[in-house]
Amino acid sequence: MNEVYIAIIIIWSFLFIYSIAGSIDFGAGFWAMFYLKRQETKAASIANRYLSPSWEVTNVFLVLLVIALVGFFPGAAASLGTLMIVPFCLVLFLLIIRSAFMVYSYSVQKYSNMLIVISGITGLLIPALLISILPAAIGGFIETVGDRQYILLNQLFTSPTFYTHIGFGLSTELFLSALLLSDYAREAQIESTFSVYRRNAIVLGPITLAFAVAAIFTLLPEAAWMVENMVNEWLLFSLSLFAFAIGYSALWWPSKKGEIGQPRVAVLLIVAQFGLASFAYGSAHMPYLLYPHLTIYDAFTNETMFYSLFIGYLIGMALLIPAFILFWWLFMKDKRYLRKDLTTDE
Amino acid sequence: MDSVLLARMLFGSSMAFHIIFATLGVGITFMILLAELMRWLRKDEDYGLMAKRWTKGVAILLGVAIPSGTIVGVMLSLLWPGFMEIVGQVIALPFQIEIFAFFLEALFLSIYVYAADRLTPALRLVSVFFVALGATASAVLITDAHAWMNTPRGFTIVDGAVTNVRPLEAVFNPSIYVTAMHVVGTAYMTGAFVIASVAAYKLFRGNLSEREASYHRKGMMFALAIGLIMSIYTAINGHDTAKMLHQYLPVKLAAAEGLFETQDNAPLAIFGTPDSEAGRVIGGLEIPGMLSWLATGTTDGVVKGLYDYPRNEWPPLFVHTLFNMMVGIGFSLIGLAVACWGFWFFFKRKPFPKWLLAGLIASGPLAMIGIETGWIFSCTGRQPWTIYGIQLTSEAATQSGNLGFLFILFITLYAVLLVITALVMRFYFHRNPVSNEWMSSTT
Ligand code: HDD
Ligand code: HEM
Ligand code: HEM
Repeated sequence: MNEVYIAIIIIWSFLFIYSIAGSIDFGAGFWAMFYLKRQETKAASIANRYLSPSWEVTNVFLVLLVIALVGFFPGAAASLGTLMIVPFCLVLFLLIIRSAFMVYSYSVQKYSNMLIVISGITGLLIPALLISILPAAIGGFIETVGDRQYILLNQLFTSPTFYTHIGFGLSTELFLSALLLSDYAREAQIESTFSVYRRNAIVLGPITLAFAVAAIFTLLPEAAWMVENMVNEWLLFSLSLFAFAIGYSALWWPSKKGEIGQPRVAVLLIVAQFGLASFAYGSAHMPYLLYPHLTIYDAFTNETMFYSLFIGYLIGMALLIPAFILFWWLFMKDKRYLRKDLTTDE
Repeated sequence: MDSVLLARMLFGSSMAFHIIFATLGVGITFMILLAELMRWLRKDEDYGLMAKRWTKGVAILLGVAIPSGTIVGVMLSLLWPGFMEIVGQVIALPFQIEIFAFFLEALFLSIYVYAADRLTPALRLVSVFFVALGATASAVLITDAHAWMNTPRGFTIVDGAVTNVRPLEAVFNPSIYVTAMHVVGTAYMTGAFVIASVAAYKLFRGNLSEREASYHRKGMMFALAIGLIMSIYTAINGHDTAKMLHQYLPVKLAAAEGLFETQDNAPLAIFGTPDSEAGRVIGGLEIPGMLSWLATGTTDGVVKGLYDYPRNEWPPLFVHTLFNMMVGIGFSLIGLAVACWGFWFFFKRKPFPKWLLAGLIASGPLAMIGIETGWIFSCTGRQPWTIYGIQLTSEAATQSGNLGFLFILFITLYAVLLVITALVMRFYFHRNPVSNEWMSSTT
């Protein structure tokens, strides 16, 4: 059944976009907090400048992901929803606090410090919760009693793979956002801020890689089936490693625009690396959504609905692309926005 | 407490919270669009200033509308997995298209808010148009799913499995037109009255320079004009909505009106309490023949009563009160808007007396209560069905435990956010009164 695979690839691509956009968004919140008290750099302002117009759009990607999953795989909503209700609700809880306070801080300068701290902390907690769903979906931690399923929380919390996944999620988030912000600072021609974020990226890169490897190794005792499948994806994983090596080295390449480093190249290659690795991880997970109870075939919608959704996504995306380009140009490219006096608002 | 009841409470209160911000998001962005248009037509900068200041308000409101919408969107899958399994197979399209409406609104809102100074006037108008379009479209699309729950079409159930799916038939189900028009109309109406409320409050407090007073009066009369048009429209279209119920969901209409016996010449009962033993509404005001006339167009039209249905298919009877509140508010607001405009013409633009301003201050919150009661009526009046005639609420609900804890968590959160949002709004507009804007633009 080809349709099922097209559908799961669409889901994967939305997941990929959201994890990149979300990492950068949540990471920027963290960096804004981290540099809050260090007035000598513009690192916090740059992070905020990036964050203000973009969080809403990022949030829509989260909704897109959920809606697409329910549309293409209605069967998954039932089991995933029931199993994960508590972590999901906690994510929602944190998300609303974060977004609300982000908007409040824009309107009420007096409290902006406290508000930035809230967005920074939630910027770490939300991704950690989200990523903890991954190890829970690989199987070992679910118990079936009658026709109801439960997560074995004790076992999950005492399993090393749970923690390596979270470590991996957080380091990826911070790595990606530091890279993007370094590129953003370069685009705004603020070289001192560029070097702050470049340094962060240099430190975080190897940490991320180490966590990725550790996550796979700690997976072995929990989900041997998955590691076996991963071996078959060796080509994708090695390509991904290769992309990482080149992308990371781009931080030292000479550049005409500044002293050292080509952050644009680094961002693109690291994103590609992440894409390859997550695709390989996803393929190794197939055909299970939840091992061993739920496969993509069980959860798939009917063909009629699949085709109407598919056409819907094609048309919708085509219509929206001009709006995305305008948005990108206004906030990522236009020097008047990037360099607008970084101490005052508006 | 059983988990179905908890799920209903959790979802209902989350919706009730979301709808406050969502309705304002639809209604006030519409007002902003109109203000930008007025500015363009009349070449009057006051309207530009209104648009600018309302946008500040909307930006704060949407900061809560969007995540609360994300909450209800995800909760729908978490709390009603049985329902979503059918939704995913039959009516996934509006949910999906709605995403594009969200994108439209989010992208252009960011552009309108954060890049206003870099936009040409034409591009400003275009972006605010897309914001309003996105908001209205998301209301229409989600209403489509809701209308489909009332009049489900476009699929066949064979041995409990969904087959023969016809997505477009589901999207264009019979009640979508009238329901979508009602939802959008009442959202615009609420936006207008909320704006009128705030302006009236400023005038009521007094202590304004002549320039400020004239600015607020202009905004108030502008909002009242829209409010008058939209509230009259709402009453007419609300009547069509009731006729739709008569045709497709007679049991809901019967509960709304507290009608027990199927009859011609059915009376319209206003307020009072439906009593299932007595078989009539106790303590209400009855207008003979009126219900038949409203539902069918003639006084001898036959209207179905609750006794025609088994007891376990009755919605809770308190929906009668919710329905009366909505309709009562609709007519009061028409009356109020007419009174205000009458005063304006009759007394040749004399400033409004305090009592009229006081009435106007109440109009925004009243309209909001109309929205809340209308929705709770519509969702609760569908009980015990989630998808009318197809799926019971108990079949739709999650089996998961832990809901009590989540309910308390979210209720607390909503209460806190309501208070903080109100404080932030107050603080912001207190710190930046209109007079500041003139000072900064003249210096
Ligand atoms: C400002 C708010 C407001 C006002 C003044 C009115 N309505 Fe309303 N009404 C709504 C806000 C609303 C709503 C919140 O938008 C509902 C809930 C569900 C829906 O589709 O729209 C609704 C639903 C709703 C329904 C049920 C539809 C369903 O269950 O599918 C009926 C029969 C009416 N309305 C009729 C009226 C009438 C006869 C009114 C007389 C003036 C009226 N409404 C005023
Ligand atoms: C009729 C009642 C409703 C109206 C008028 C309404 C309207 C809105 C509006 C105007 C927004 C802000 C959009 C934006 O700026 O992006 C919004 C957000 C949202 N609503 Fe509602 N909504 C309603 C009911 C619902 C329901 C029942 C759901 C659940 C299925 C829902 C899901 C959402 C979601 C997921 C968002 C967030 C979108 C984002 O991330 O931007 N809404 N809604
Ligand atoms: C926006 C305002 C809304 C409010 C205030 C609202 C309120 C409620 C309430 C109080 C309930 C519980 C009903 C009961 O058990 O007595 C409920 C149930 C429900 N509503 Fe709504 N609702 C709104 C809009 C919508 C929309 C637009 C949809 C369509 C997607 C929707 C879908 C549902 C579903 C699926 C349930 C659960 C199943 C059921 O009880 O039938 N609601 N809502």
